[in-house]
Amino acid sequence: MAHASDALMPSVQIAGPSSASAGDYFALLKPRVMSLVVFTALVGMMLAPGHINPVVGFAALLAIAVGAGAAGCLNMWYDADIDAVMTRTALRPIPAGRVSRDEALAFGLTLSVGSVLFLGLMTNLFAAAFLAFTIFFYAVVYTMWLKRWTAQNIVIGGAAGAFPPMIGYAAVTGSVDIVSFILFAIIFIWTPPHFWALALVKKGDYAKAGVPMLPVTAGETATRHQILIYTLILAPAGVLPAIMGFGGIAYAVLSVVSGLGMILLALRVHARREGEAARKAAMQLFGFSILYLFLLFAVLLVEKMAIMLNLEGIV
Amino acid sequence: MMNEPKHPTPPVLTPEQLAQQRSRSKALGLILGGFALLFFIVTIAKLGSSVFNRPL
Repeated sequence: MAHASDALMPSVQIAGPSSASAGDYFALLKPRVMSLVVFTALVGMMLAPGHINPVVGFAALLAIAVGAGAAGCLNMWYDADIDAVMTRTALRPIPAGRVSRDEALAFGLTLSVGSVLFLGLMTNLFAAAFLAFTIFFYAVVYTMWLKRWTAQNIVIGGAAGAFPPMIGYAAVTGSVDIVSFILFAIIFIWTPPHFWALALVKKGDYAKAGVPMLPVTAGETATRHQILIYTLILAPAGVLPAIMGFGGIAYAVLSVVSGLGMILLALRVHARREGEAARKAAMQLFGFSILYLFLLFAVLLVEKMAIMLNLEGIV
Repeated sequence: MMNEPKHPTPPVLTPEQLAQQRSRSKALGLILGGFALLFFIVTIAKLGSSVFNRPL
C-alpha cells in the first residue's frame, strides 16, 4: 500500500542502459550524405578568391561536415516513424531500437550548436550564420514541414543539400557571389531527377509511409516527364562554370558529355515504363546522377589545383 | 517509523551493453582529445608567430 508521503517524494527515473554503439551515433550523421557535403564544400572553398590557411580550411570543412551530420541526425529524430515503415531506412539506429529519439535529439542539437560556433570561431560570422540557416532549413523547413506536406518537398528541400559549396565559399570570402550561386544551382537542379529516379523504384515504400513523393501523388508518368524536364535544364546548367570562365577545357568537355549522358538516361526512364526494364532504367539514372555530380565537382577541383600549383611554380 | 528515502537502483549491464558503453566512452575520449588538439593547432595556425609575441 502506498504511503501518503510517497506522493511528496520526487520520483527518480533512470533511463534504461543505452544499447547504442559509437557506430550507431556515427550512422545518425548520415555519413554518405556528409561525404558529399564535405566534397562540395571543399570545391566551393577552393574556387573562392583569396586565401585560407589549410589548417583553418580543414577545421572549417570539419565544422561544415558536423553541421550537415547534425542536420541528418535531427532528420532521423523527427522521421523515426517514417523510417520504421520504409525498407530502405528500417534498420537505421532509431527505428531499430538501438538509439532512443531523445538521445538523437540531444546529439543533433549539441552538434548543431557546436558546429556553428566552431565555424564562426574558425572563419567568419557570415559562414557560421549560413551553416545555421542550412541546418534549420533541412531539419525544420524540409523535414518537419515540406516532406510530409507537398510533392515539391525535395525540389525546395534540395536547397539544403545545395548550400554547402556556398558555405565553403563564404568561409573564405565572407560573402557569396555568382560563382558560388552557380555551384548551388547545379546541385539544386540535380536533386529532383536524382531523387525522383529512386522514388520511382521505392514508390511503394513512400506510399506506405504516407510521404507525398511525386510518383505517389502525381503518378509515374508525370514523374518521368518532370525528371526529363529537370534533366534538360540540368545539362546546360552543368556547363555554366565553363561558360563563366571558372571551369576549363576539361570541365567543358566533361560537362557536355556527361550532361548528354544524363539526358540519354532520362529519356530511357521516360520511354521504359513497365516492369524490370523501367526499374533498371530508373536505377541507372539514379546511379549515374551521383557519378555526374561527383565528376563535375572533381574536375573543377583538379583544374583549380593545377592552376594553383602552376602559379606557385611547383609543377 | 521513518520512511527510507528512495534511491534509484543502478541498472545492471549485460556484457554486451558494457562493451557498447566502453566503445562509446573510447570514441568520446578520442573525439574530445582530437578536438582539444585541433583547437591548439588552429590557434597556432591563426596566430602564427604572434603567439610568442607577448610581454614577459
